[in-house]
Amino acid sequence: MDSSAFITLKDVVFSRAGRRIFDGVSLDIPKGRITAIMGPSGTGKTTLLRLIGGQLRPDSGRVVVAGQNVPALKRRDLYHLRERMGMLFQSGALFTDLSVFENVAFPLRVHTSLPEDMIRDVVLMKLEAVGLRGARDLMPAELSGGMTRRVALARSIALDPELIMYDEPFAGQDPIAMGVLVKLIRDLNSSMGLTSVLVSHDVPESLSICHYACIIADGKVIGQGTPDELQSHPSERVQQFLNGKPDGPVPFHYPAGDAGSDFGLAGGLV
Amino acid sequence: MANRTMEIIVGLFMIAGLAALLFLALQVSGLSPKPDSASYTLYAKFNDTGGLSPRGRVSMAGVTIGTVESISLDTDTFQARVVMSIDADINNIPADSAAVIRTSGLLGDQYIDVSVGGDMDSLKDGDTFYSTQSAMNLERLISNFASGL
Amino acid sequence: MTDRLAALGRFGLSAIASLGRSGRFLAGTLIGVPKPLTGLPLLARQIYSVGVLSLAIVVVSGLFIGMVLGLQGYTILSDFGSEAAIGQMIALTLVRELGPVVTALLFAGRAGSALTAEIGLMKTTEQLSSMEMMGVDPLRRVIAPRLWAGFIAMPILAVIFSVVGIWGGMLVGVEWLGVFDGAFWGNMQSSVDFVDDVINGVIKSVVFGFVCSWIAVYQGYDCVPTSAGISSATTKTVVYSSLAVLGLDFVLTAVMFGNF
Ligand SMILES: Nc1ncnc2c1ncn2[C@@H]1O[C@H](COP(=O)(O)OP(=O)(O)OP(=O)(O)O)[C@@H](O)[C@H]1O
Ligand SMILES: [Mg+2]
Repeated sequence: MDSSAFITLKDVVFSRAGRRIFDGVSLDIPKGRITAIMGPSGTGKTTLLRLIGGQLRPDSGRVVVAGQNVPALKRRDLYHLRERMGMLFQSGALFTDLSVFENVAFPLRVHTSLPEDMIRDVVLMKLEAVGLRGARDLMPAELSGGMTRRVALARSIALDPELIMYDEPFAGQDPIAMGVLVKLIRDLNSSMGLTSVLVSHDVPESLSICHYACIIADGKVIGQGTPDELQSHPSERVQQFLNGKPDGPVPFHYPAGDAGSDFGLAGGLV
Repeated sequence: MANRTMEIIVGLFMIAGLAALLFLALQVSGLSPKPDSASYTLYAKFNDTGGLSPRGRVSMAGVTIGTVESISLDTDTFQARVVMSIDADINNIPADSAAVIRTSGLLGDQYIDVSVGGDMDSLKDGDTFYSTQSAMNLERLISNFASGL
Repeated sequence: MTDRLAALGRFGLSAIASLGRSGRFLAGTLIGVPKPLTGLPLLARQIYSVGVLSLAIVVVSGLFIGMVLGLQGYTILSDFGSEAAIGQMIALTLVRELGPVVTALLFAGRAGSALTAEIGLMKTTEQLSSMEMMGVDPLRRVIAPRLWAGFIAMPILAVIFSVVGIWGGMLVGVEWLGVFDGAFWGNMQSSVDFVDDVINGVIKSVVFGFVCSWIAVYQGYDCVPTSAGISSATTKTVVYSSLAVLGLDFVLTAVMFGNF
């Protein structure tokens, strides 16, 4: 695979509350490229990002980011490494007691000693990029869901990180905002050589911007490659996911017992 | 700017706390800013100190002139040895004055009353009262009275 | 029977585990001195929200408690003809006991519960997680200033409570019931000792401040990230803080004022 992998996952096993979420996942995320991670809801895409960010520790296996084995890092080194990452949370996770402007300024104020007017310029530039320069004085509670996510995006790129992880950036965006975000993600990647990890359900949008994609289901990587390779992937499961067919080998349901016993039909469903 | 106002209010809050502590020190506990050296020590021995306790009042003609520092047992004489610190201003207590333990009110605190003698010499730092009168013990008084009949 | 025993064992184990977690949490919060430049404004903001905003309830409660003490003290002491001793009674009760204890209980209800809810909500909305991912340790950035603020604000609130209470007692005793004010203050001054009473009271409230804010921030940080989780964490903060304050008060009183 790509020799200049920025992130490498090797045989990662991870369980939560007794349920195995990853069962030997191996994955390389190349430097300076956009990698899309797709998969059914609840397969652990967000969990994967948290493993990369060191917020969760795998039961076994290695998670290597920029040459450092994340689970083995000391607290201080981990925090240093995180300064080089940006992460857009699924919920946005803006600081509710700070205004939009202060939210975006937060990482700059903590990690740099830039003078106030420089901070102002940077913040306004980032807000302009997501089309929300006019909303700088609003409080997070006054934003819509889509706006929240865009502010969060502006915040996560404030420090110009080397790696940025987007958790569902397109959810809740209108077509125009979506187009702008797609362009923004692409520009960030091409102009600054950012390594981007994009988690999304939006198959066409993701495949249109990513260089590389990977589909996770049932705790395993079921398919990976360039968008073209995936489109013509021989696996039935990959085809089912890409084309959104309800019937097929990929389960839509969260693991459950026999439906008949739950619905009280001892004989099973007729 | 809102930050600034808040910081000022917090500053005022802390000053209010200090002022309250100062009030407790000066007005409530009567701590005087005078240095401690402005007092001297006298001793007295009693057969019975009754309910006298450290920090109790030492007074003369009803005016407080000092406090009881400590009370301990003298193991040679089996008497109570009371250490008092007396205000330095009161430096002419006649040497033959007596220390008497009295009760304020019927059930109040016990305190030491210095009843003035007539000697020309006066007590100095480290001196001991020559004559003392122990606490009036109501119970003993009654039993003495009863057996005397 | 064995079920009960097992339940007891489970409870014991989880209690010990929780104690251990809270200890580690405390160490993580206190290790490393915060940078004064960024730390002080954060601290000031927290002192404002836990201290200054609790001032109103503390002052009003202090005033009424002092007035009640004056009234009750007068009725009891006047039976013995020693109503002049109410100054002493009010001051000693407030400075030694009621000041630190009632302030701590009010603090747990007013500021402690708010701290827990705030931190719990920050956790639930992933604000703490996102802070971590920005390379900022939430223990230092969010938790530490709140812990210190409670620690600093509590003794200040307690002495203010005592002073207002004494003033309220004087209002009733001297102004209303006509106790001679020279006797009121004189008695008070001769019986209250600065170190033994006032300073010991302050030490009590410092301990309470530390324990109450520790419980509050820990419950918030450790809560189950749901609305039910936050509400139960808030309840726990008030209950545990109150019990801890009353229990510790007994221990501290025995150590400070007991003559063994
Ligand atoms: N705190 C938790 N405790 C126990 N299980 C959890 C916890 N958080 C998530 N899970 C489980 O982990 C699995 C993966 O969750 P994750 O949030 O990573 O899914 P996802 O792939 O991001 O889904 P979506 O696309 O809906 O966001 C889920 O099945 C969920 O049940
Ligand atoms: Mg997710």
